Amino acid sequence: MPRELWKGNEAIAEAAVRAGLEGYFGYPITPQNEILEWLSQRMPELGRAFVQAESELGAINMVYGAACTGARVMTSSSSPGISLMQEGISYIAGTELPVVLIDVMRGGPGLGNIAPSQGDYSQIVHGGGHGDYHPIVLAPASIQEAVDLVPLAFDLAEKYLNIAVILIDGSIGQMMEPVELPEMRPVVRKDYPWATNGALGRKRRVLSSIYLEVSIEEEVNLRLLKRWEEIQQNEVRFKEYYLDDAEIAVIGFGTSGRIALSAVRAARAQGIKIGLFRPISVSPFPARQIAELAGRVKSMLVVEMNAGQMLKDVQLAVGNRAPLEFYGRLGGVVPFPDEILGEIQRIAKEPPSLGGNPAQRWLARMTAPKK
Amino acid sequence: MSTVVTPENLVYSRPAAFTDTPTHYCPGCTHGTAHRLIAEVFDEMKIADRVIGVAPVGCAVFAYNYMDTDFVEAAHGRAPAMATGIKRVLPDRIVFTYQGDGDLASIGMGEIVHAAARGENISVIFINNAIYGMTGGQMAPTTLPGMKTTSSPSGRDVELQGYPIRMAEMLATLEGAGYVVRRSLHDPKNIRLSKKAIRTAFETQLRGLGFSMVELLSTCSTGWGVSPVESLDWLEQHMIPAFPLGDYKIAPSVAALKV
Ligand SMILES: Cc1ncc(C[n+]2csc(CCOP(=O)(O)OP(=O)(O)O)c2C)c(N)n1
Ligand code: SF4
Ligand SMILES: [Mg+2]
Repeated sequence: MPRELWKGNEAIAEAAVRAGLEGYFGYPITPQNEILEWLSQRMPELGRAFVQAESELGAINMVYGAACTGARVMTSSSSPGISLMQEGISYIAGTELPVVLIDVMRGGPGLGNIAPSQGDYSQIVHGGGHGDYHPIVLAPASIQEAVDLVPLAFDLAEKYLNIAVILIDGSIGQMMEPVELPEMRPVVRKDYPWATNGALGRKRRVLSSIYLEVSIEEEVNLRLLKRWEEIQQNEVRFKEYYLDDAEIAVIGFGTSGRIALSAVRAARAQGIKIGLFRPISVSPFPARQIAELAGRVKSMLVVEMNAGQMLKDVQLAVGNRAPLEFYGRLGGVVPFPDEILGEIQRIAKEPPSLGGNPAQRWLARMTAPKK
Repeated sequence: MSTVVTPENLVYSRPAAFTDTPTHYCPGCTHGTAHRLIAEVFDEMKIADRVIGVAPVGCAVFAYNYMDTDFVEAAHGRAPAMATGIKRVLPDRIVFTYQGDGDLASIGMGEIVHAAARGENISVIFINNAIYGMTGGQMAPTTLPGMKTTSSPSGRDVELQGYPIRMAEMLATLEGAGYVVRRSLHDPKNIRLSKKAIRTAFETQLRGLGFSMVELLSTCSTGWGVSPVESLDWLEQHMIPAFPLGDYKIAPSVAALKV
């Protein structure tokens, strides 16, 4: 396939179509509208299901219903819409169904704004819905990577009967880049032994997330956790840049990882021994790899477009193996590579010591009176 | 038994589309009546192996235990959205929701109105018992003015708690609705009429004639605090005047159906 210039949201939508998407249900919200709009044209022309739902509640529950039939289904939204979908996400998790969700994050809390942000990390990775469940969450840093992860998200969701989320921010959704889209895959409706698609010639099936018998509900929870362990074993994905001889490791996912890479390159050019670790699966989180990295470097810097939501996972992984610093921009502000470079230079000059709270130190710097 | 009941004298039996499961409903509860009517219609239409039911949150949460068809269990109020998802990817299957008044007319108001407005080819069996049965008898959006419930202990005060919602009338205003009627389950004659309406609703869906809903006035002796027999009278005397029985929307294409 040739490389063509594509807008992120449209490329992701088309990648889903080519991955054999059979049903899409969504509700307009900026900055993800182009996914819905693209599919409103493509799905009907291919004879596949598309519904603009009455709300995100409607959309996630349409996806829930369609997933029960064993069809390949997806929805997409942005932060406030994802908050509304949490009810359905928890039900889908409790029913053990494969569903793909695209979250194009924007500034918050509340209505916030439509600028790029990474403020949904906690609500997606650590679950905004009730109960114990873990979505698979993939965080691409470019349109090409997003397009490549879409079919994988479907495959993982179906392999593990789990929700798979592609977590991007408004900038990846809105920008244009040259990408190579995958070939069109034929739609194959899998014959799952659980799908509720009419009991013709077989015993009836029931799909539900209700287990009134607490011991059975506990068993279901334990099953979900064992499956999650398997996912943690097999599905951790990340990318390393210049880490071989690095004394400082920057950690960032998605767009903040991408911007941090520019800063890392600039710092390298100044002779600073630095590299970047970019988690691609933020759930399962590459905790073991980050712990190991912490043992090799003198200090680490976590960069995010939120107040340190992933930082907490990094802290858990790193423990006391390396001193940590944090740099974040909030509310839809995207950091410039120069700002991150400034942080890198500061750390290179006065290496931080172990202990304390990196998020607190960052907040003090952020809110200190300007000199 | 087997010597007494022979095919020649058998006049009443469990519909084939019913499972052999003891009921969890309270004695006299007309949820059970509605279930049976649906199963009888499935038998008559021979569609049980094409049906996917969507159970609600409410006393009918275990509806799937009784009907011998595929079933899914929705979140509270979201059954019409789930049914939409199923029907859109499996248009040749028969998809229905079974919902109470709290489920359909309160928390799920958005989902039901838009499913009807889109003309989703699904059938909805709406059990209006004017109360939240499952959670212990709280006020429902259909609770009558002055009616005592556990959350309107001095009777529903319309100044503070508003008025009951007439769903059949409301949904009948939507173009997407092909068949919207209200029936009652309080006596044999009305039960027969209810069954006919359920049949028409599924025929409407089978022929792709749009959204169909049968609102069934139903008893909740437990929630109303009366005996099962009294509840039938109470339904007739109080609910029917507030929720008049009738056909609220019969699209011309549906009217032409011979059921
Ligand atoms: C999101 C959510 N809110 C509240 C509940 C609690 N709840 C369970 S059943 C019910 C009311 C059901 O009443 P209705 O739909 O009238 O059904 P009935 O039991 O009367 O047949 C409520 C409020 C719930 N399960 N989920
Ligand atoms: S509480 Fe009411 S609606 Fe529920 S089973 Fe008992 S009588 Fe029926
Ligand atoms: Mg009720």
